[in-house]
Amino acid sequence: MGRYVVRRLLQMIPVFVGATLLIFLMVHVMGDPIAGLCGERQCDQATAARLKREFGLDQPVWRQYLTYMGNVFTGDFGTAFNGQEVTELMSTAFPVTVRLTLIAIVFEIVVGVTLGVLTGLRRGRPVDTGVLLVTLVVISVPTFVTGLLLQLLLGVKWDWIRPSVSSEAPFGELVLPGLVLASVSLAYVTRLTRTSIAENRRSDYVRTAVAKGLPRHRVVVRHLLRNSLIPVVTFIGADIGFLMGGAIVTERIFNIHGVGYQLYQGILRQNTQTVVGFVTVLVLVFLLANLLVDLLYAVLDPRIRYV
Amino acid sequence: MLSASWGDPQNPLEPANTNEVQGGKVLDMIFRGLKRYDPVTGEAQDMLAEKIETSDSQNFTITVKDGWTFSNGEKVTARSFVDAWNYGASLRNNQRNAYFFGYIQGYDEVHPEEGEQSADTLSGLKVTGERTFTVALTQKFSTFPDTLGYNAFAPLPRAFFDDHDAWVKKPVGNGPYLVDSYTRGSQMSLRTWADYPGPDKARNGGVDLKVYTDNNTAYTDLLAGNLDLVDDVPAPQLKNVRDDLGGRYLNTPAGIIQTLAFPFYDEDWNKPGSEKVRTGLSMAIDRKQITDTIFQKTRTPATDWTSPVLGEDGGFQDGLCGKACEYDPEGAKKLIEEGGGLPGGKVTITFNADTGSHREWVNAVCHSINNALDDERACTANPVGTFADFRNEITGRKMTGPFRAGWQMDYPLIQNFLQPLYYTDASSNDGKWSNQQFDDLVDRANRETDTATAVGLFQQAEEVVRDNMAAIPLWYQNGSAGWSERLSDVKLNPFSVPVYDQIKVS
Repeated sequence: MGRYVVRRLLQMIPVFVGATLLIFLMVHVMGDPIAGLCGERQCDQATAARLKREFGLDQPVWRQYLTYMGNVFTGDFGTAFNGQEVTELMSTAFPVTVRLTLIAIVFEIVVGVTLGVLTGLRRGRPVDTGVLLVTLVVISVPTFVTGLLLQLLLGVKWDWIRPSVSSEAPFGELVLPGLVLASVSLAYVTRLTRTSIAENRRSDYVRTAVAKGLPRHRVVVRHLLRNSLIPVVTFIGADIGFLMGGAIVTERIFNIHGVGYQLYQGILRQNTQTVVGFVTVLVLVFLLANLLVDLLYAVLDPRIRYV
Repeated sequence: MLSASWGDPQNPLEPANTNEVQGGKVLDMIFRGLKRYDPVTGEAQDMLAEKIETSDSQNFTITVKDGWTFSNGEKVTARSFVDAWNYGASLRNNQRNAYFFGYIQGYDEVHPEEGEQSADTLSGLKVTGERTFTVALTQKFSTFPDTLGYNAFAPLPRAFFDDHDAWVKKPVGNGPYLVDSYTRGSQMSLRTWADYPGPDKARNGGVDLKVYTDNNTAYTDLLAGNLDLVDDVPAPQLKNVRDDLGGRYLNTPAGIIQTLAFPFYDEDWNKPGSEKVRTGLSMAIDRKQITDTIFQKTRTPATDWTSPVLGEDGGFQDGLCGKACEYDPEGAKKLIEEGGGLPGGKVTITFNADTGSHREWVNAVCHSINNALDDERACTANPVGTFADFRNEITGRKMTGPFRAGWQMDYPLIQNFLQPLYYTDASSNDGKWSNQQFDDLVDRANRETDTATAVGLFQQAEEVVRDNMAAIPLWYQNGSAGWSERLSDVKLNPFSVPVYDQIKVS
């Protein structure tokens, strides 16, 4: 197990370098960020040159990348164009997005898995068909439509919630955005669990458990559910990274000042430091979440052993 | 107290470093300069200036009013201004608005075009007393005092220089509001300064500026009653805005004009008769239809080369362009034929495609020209990928036909709409137009000490621009605002920033 983890951690290094290099090059291709700094007119030559030198933009790309990576390893993610340290931006943005993601994941697990078990055990019944239909609708409607619709209905028409989230972004205000963010994944989790449960229900070990005379809820929770969760866990694990980075749309609709907001602004202002910094952290989160998922397999399925 | 929508300022909140509306909002609340522009007429009125005297329109003696202080108690003196201006002009401080100080003597030493600066302070600025200082300009510029209402000319307290980082985190100024708390990227709370010495005390308790990523969300919050003031109504909502807000909506021209400039370094566009072709093109554009349909009336068809925010006294003249800016397909066709036809039989309009939905209106302009000339291939759009590339092509003189040009005024003066754009070799004269008659008129206007006469001369110069159609005026960009039932007296100043201190809350 220990060796496996070490090997996986080592594998992350090339992935990490490759990913950051790609992002770095992509942001670079977007053009000269200084040109956009002075609005509609051209920056005066002298100031533009000084700014370029200060942000290291006069160096060749490979050297910019090396300097940047060198700084990153000492914990310095550079400075955004508005004079704020990128680490400072991160320290305000990540807690908000982590909260939002947590709520979304909780929704996925609690609602998604419950619905999945419910429908998986009652295949073909009206509950099953109903839930299937609803998930189909949720999957096919884009998130921004669901988000704007719920915001308008609950926030403006019925006045149940504030349409936007305040800058502190407490858990309470993030419930609706979290639900919107989770909606599509939630539908997938429901469907995945349902299929998996329905399949495993007919397997030998479930029949044995039932034949032993175990109580029904024990059969379902200990034997059936545990074995059926492997594909669901994979999905949710991969989803963590996706939710954190993909929250741009949800964060915009509900005015949440999280990672998505910073990324969006960074891209608009062609701010290499912000974009690369945030994406680097997201890449790390993604890699670690995947490692965690793989380790969870061993917990869920005793047949899986890592050496 | 009221809450208003805001965007994260692009640059640190220093007066000489803020060139966009979001940072401008804050500066307008926490600073007062020598002059202040009247929100309605756009006229520059004395604020901290007791008097500004000159005998030759080139050397000015400025006296600062007594009794003004910064909100930390420090007195506002002549030095507060001189230090601030020197800081703004100095190359090493990377101030985006440094060019504002370009008319002051010694600017080329503290801010050379390339290389290191050879001086730290502007030689044209001298403190002569506690409340007096002198300004020497490099050329005659009679309306110079009227430029001093812009934020870049605001005074700065010593705290700005002594502990710059702390100041940027929580700016201290001399305006009617104090910064109470500032959480970067999300919110700034401003409160009324009780001891504000000026005549324009805030008529409300304070303003909470909230950062919105998306102006649609801000608008939704306004409808839900969570926000009092939105100063940028999103385009998709413009159709509903009258139903949603009733009369609580404002849509007025800002100090921004869009034009089509021509490459006068290209012989095809600079030969006898081509002014007729250019005028013909102008007459072939149906401005009203484009502003109505594509911009949903958030632009106003242009009838001169300035902006309505100047006001009649300031030099705006509705209809100065006359027939040349009216849609007249027949006349257009005739004029273009008289002028020898379009060079090569066609015209391409170059623009940058990355921002501002320029593609839509350029296509519409081309469509309008094609219809007027009965030729499907007369006009084509030529998009350039990024603004940076677009700028590079312009400075590299690679344009072969008309190209998009926008001008956002620095200060509400007719001079600012003409000299930087059309004077020979001026900083933003992208088409390299040059006309002796125009230059002479501008020089004369700058020498003139009487403002009304100066404005009249500038208007004559503008007529030269018209007769040569140096650039085709398209439309004035509007600023908009919507507000809740609690507010009254909402106005926009010439820079499209709400005049927060005059807003009343019930």
